[in-house]
Amino acid sequence: MSRRAAFLPSEPDRFEFSERPIHQFELARRDFFRLLGAGIAIFSVSKDIFAAQETAPQSKSFHKEDLPENISAWLHIGEDGNVTGFTGKAEIGQNIRTSLAQTIADELRVPFESVRMITGDTSLTPFDAGTFGSRSTPSMTPQLRRAACAGRQLLITEAARKWDVPVAGLNAADGKITDPASGRSLRYSELAQGKTLAQVMPAEDPTTPAAQWTIAGKEIPKVNARSFVTGAHQYTPDMTLPGMLHGKVLRPPSFGATVTSYDDSAAKSNPQAILVRDGDFIGAAAPTVHEAAEALSAVKVQWKEVPQISNREIFSYLKQNGVVVPDKPNPVKEGSLSDGYARAKHRLDASYTVEYIAHAPLEPRAAVAQLADGKLTVWTGTQRPFAVRDELAAVFHIPESDVRVIVPDMGSAYGGKHTSDAALEATRLARAAKHPVKVVWTREEEFTWAYFRPAGLIEIKSAIDEAGKLSAWEFDNYHAGLSGIETPYVVANQRAAYFAVPLVLRSGSYRGLAATANHFARETHIDALARLAQIDPLEFRLNNLSNERHRAVLQAAAKSFGWPVKKARAGQGFGLAIGNEKGSYVATCAEIFVDPGSDAVKVVRVVEAFECGAIVNPDGLRNQVVGAIIQGLGGALFEAIEFENGRIGNPHFASYRVPRFRDVPQIEAILLDRKDIIPAGAGETPIMAIAPAIGNAIFDATGKRLNRLPLAPKGAKV
Amino acid sequence: MSKPLEIEVNGKLRAVKYPADTPLLYVLRDELGFTGTKYGCGEGQCGACTVLLGGAPRRSCQIPVSAAAGRPVTTIEGLEKNGKLHPVQQAFLDAGAFQCAYCTSGMIMSSVGLLKNNPRPTREDIVQNLQGNICRCGTHPRIVDAVLNAAKVISGPRQ
Repeated sequence: MSRRAAFLPSEPDRFEFSERPIHQFELARRDFFRLLGAGIAIFSVSKDIFAAQETAPQSKSFHKEDLPENISAWLHIGEDGNVTGFTGKAEIGQNIRTSLAQTIADELRVPFESVRMITGDTSLTPFDAGTFGSRSTPSMTPQLRRAACAGRQLLITEAARKWDVPVAGLNAADGKITDPASGRSLRYSELAQGKTLAQVMPAEDPTTPAAQWTIAGKEIPKVNARSFVTGAHQYTPDMTLPGMLHGKVLRPPSFGATVTSYDDSAAKSNPQAILVRDGDFIGAAAPTVHEAAEALSAVKVQWKEVPQISNREIFSYLKQNGVVVPDKPNPVKEGSLSDGYARAKHRLDASYTVEYIAHAPLEPRAAVAQLADGKLTVWTGTQRPFAVRDELAAVFHIPESDVRVIVPDMGSAYGGKHTSDAALEATRLARAAKHPVKVVWTREEEFTWAYFRPAGLIEIKSAIDEAGKLSAWEFDNYHAGLSGIETPYVVANQRAAYFAVPLVLRSGSYRGLAATANHFARETHIDALARLAQIDPLEFRLNNLSNERHRAVLQAAAKSFGWPVKKARAGQGFGLAIGNEKGSYVATCAEIFVDPGSDAVKVVRVVEAFECGAIVNPDGLRNQVVGAIIQGLGGALFEAIEFENGRIGNPHFASYRVPRFRDVPQIEAILLDRKDIIPAGAGETPIMAIAPAIGNAIFDATGKRLNRLPLAPKGAKV
Repeated sequence: MSKPLEIEVNGKLRAVKYPADTPLLYVLRDELGFTGTKYGCGEGQCGACTVLLGGAPRRSCQIPVSAAAGRPVTTIEGLEKNGKLHPVQQAFLDAGAFQCAYCTSGMIMSSVGLLKNNPRPTREDIVQNLQGNICRCGTHPRIVDAVLNAAKVISGPRQ
């Protein structure tokens, strides 16, 4: 693979399209114990690890029988009784270091404090496709539970053998196996003593139902929280290695620009600065960031630029260039649309747009690369450590077994850190400098050279019948992506289509993916239909919704919000919206106030009900839900990337507005705990309904229907 | 030759070799190893690099290190005393006022600065004072609660 190939822009909903790499777990058993010390190791084997990690609509296209048997999780019980759980997922602020440890402690029957997690390290953890798609909880929780369950049974078997009693009567609790008949007990540490016992367990072990959880389901604080309030935790940008240099990359003036002339004669005044030119990659490494920047500023480069379209013409471009992808036919086609329209009492057609937005994680892209004895180690903030490892191996022609990628707990990502950019740059510079190199992107680089949530255009045609039921529904999505394209409402005659468009800006995943765009369009349109039929928006939704989980969140949110709320003053408005994706359900009610003078929109109050099955950690979940609401305010109200001729017009927090303290409304998060349902993830769905709820509230306040995101960058003007 | 630059960080004088116009942030992080102070934007827009300079919260990315000579600098690492967290740190910990926690150092330093000036802030005072600090995970309500709780510990309940 050429070096450029690794820099190719990603597709919208990138991971859904990604090729499935095939890797076998290669760490030999004796290496494992050398690494971790003696004890008991349990390996969870999952036949469909890859399918399990893809989002639902795409997983259908994989043939499960083709997939290799693979180790998907494991845990180790040490001679000291301490338990270590391993997952290739990364901690990005979603709190899995705590919640997965809770799950293991719960199932293994050990105190929570005795469990620690090793995450996102390609040499220590099992292969993982990446930390995205709200998959950490649903894919890791059952696997770690099965591993812990098998571990518990193994310990019981060991104790039974020691005591020469039947397995059946023995209990496991609080890190001990107890024989109630004789009162004897053995600690796990005693049972693990001197053992190097490895067991691969079957995929289906009976694990503890949520109703009987004792440690999972509890509000356990973030495990390493103290290291964050003291500043001791080292994120990637905080790392230092002996002899480490700081790297900088010279960015082209615009996207796609290529080098036509290069002269670094004036840049060589600092003998400690190392310059690298490799095709269109130009970078420097030096003892300080400023020396590296100085060296680059003395390089004379001429670039050839290419004309590119701007954000002002993006939506007509999307409409003109959309094509149905041959291997992704229309996701939905049911009934007869002409029958549906024949029954129409009201018809409504409308189109909706969403702008490009940036993830803007506060920790920018960063990597520290170290080449020693032909082996490459890279610490980097990425959601896909194994993909980064593969790219590094391919780009630098190093065997994968000699590349190790480690992800320190990360300063967030929101879907924005799937790529290898900083890791590739640091490694290229480290190879030239023969020293470890750290690259930390600036905020401007982060806003420009990362990737964006794609812009999208959505066109809806619809009809409702005499009874206020949806009778026809057509949904065409250009470029925004497939996630959440299927309507949750009952409608016999419907069609949905996705039109791919060649990338304008480098685009990829974002929290909620396309579901945010699809939910905005759908829920705005549903609200407009309800108004057309003069039916209350809550009643209209309930009238067209059969899924009981969806109805439950909607009713819970509406009840707590006090829907329908009587307006107390001019400018006040109330709106609601619902969403579902990846096995979880959300309903959001919003109260807004539009200033009659300035048209400025203030979100006053939000009530959101959320349900994702059995709750593993209510405190962590509430943090995620409230966080999604607040982050969603930005995309709803004011975030939009400005671009022209391959340049970003607002690559700073001063010009790209993100939610701040003053934007935060009064928020109530209602968490519905369904102990009968296996936990789903919660990273994304809670963000999906806030934008349409606000838009619908703006309509309620002003009578203006805003069919665009952001809704009100300069106030609620149409 | 001019006298080498010295700055006081967390109660101790330290020699600085970086050029005098280097932003304090880079001296703290890269030369002196106080990496608890975070780089978030380098433009004074996000507050992640906030430290106390002469007791007042300042964006360390916007201050040349020379301006810190003779004015004590306190970073997040300097708040804990004899193994005991500062009440603001403890309040953040108790409230779980973080997700990815990359903004936490700056939030805590800004809040410590606020409480020095205004020991009994209202909710609105806190919102106004933290308006320049960005949290992308959306943990704002817990941060405000944590600062209110810290104020109670430091100054007793509001009358």
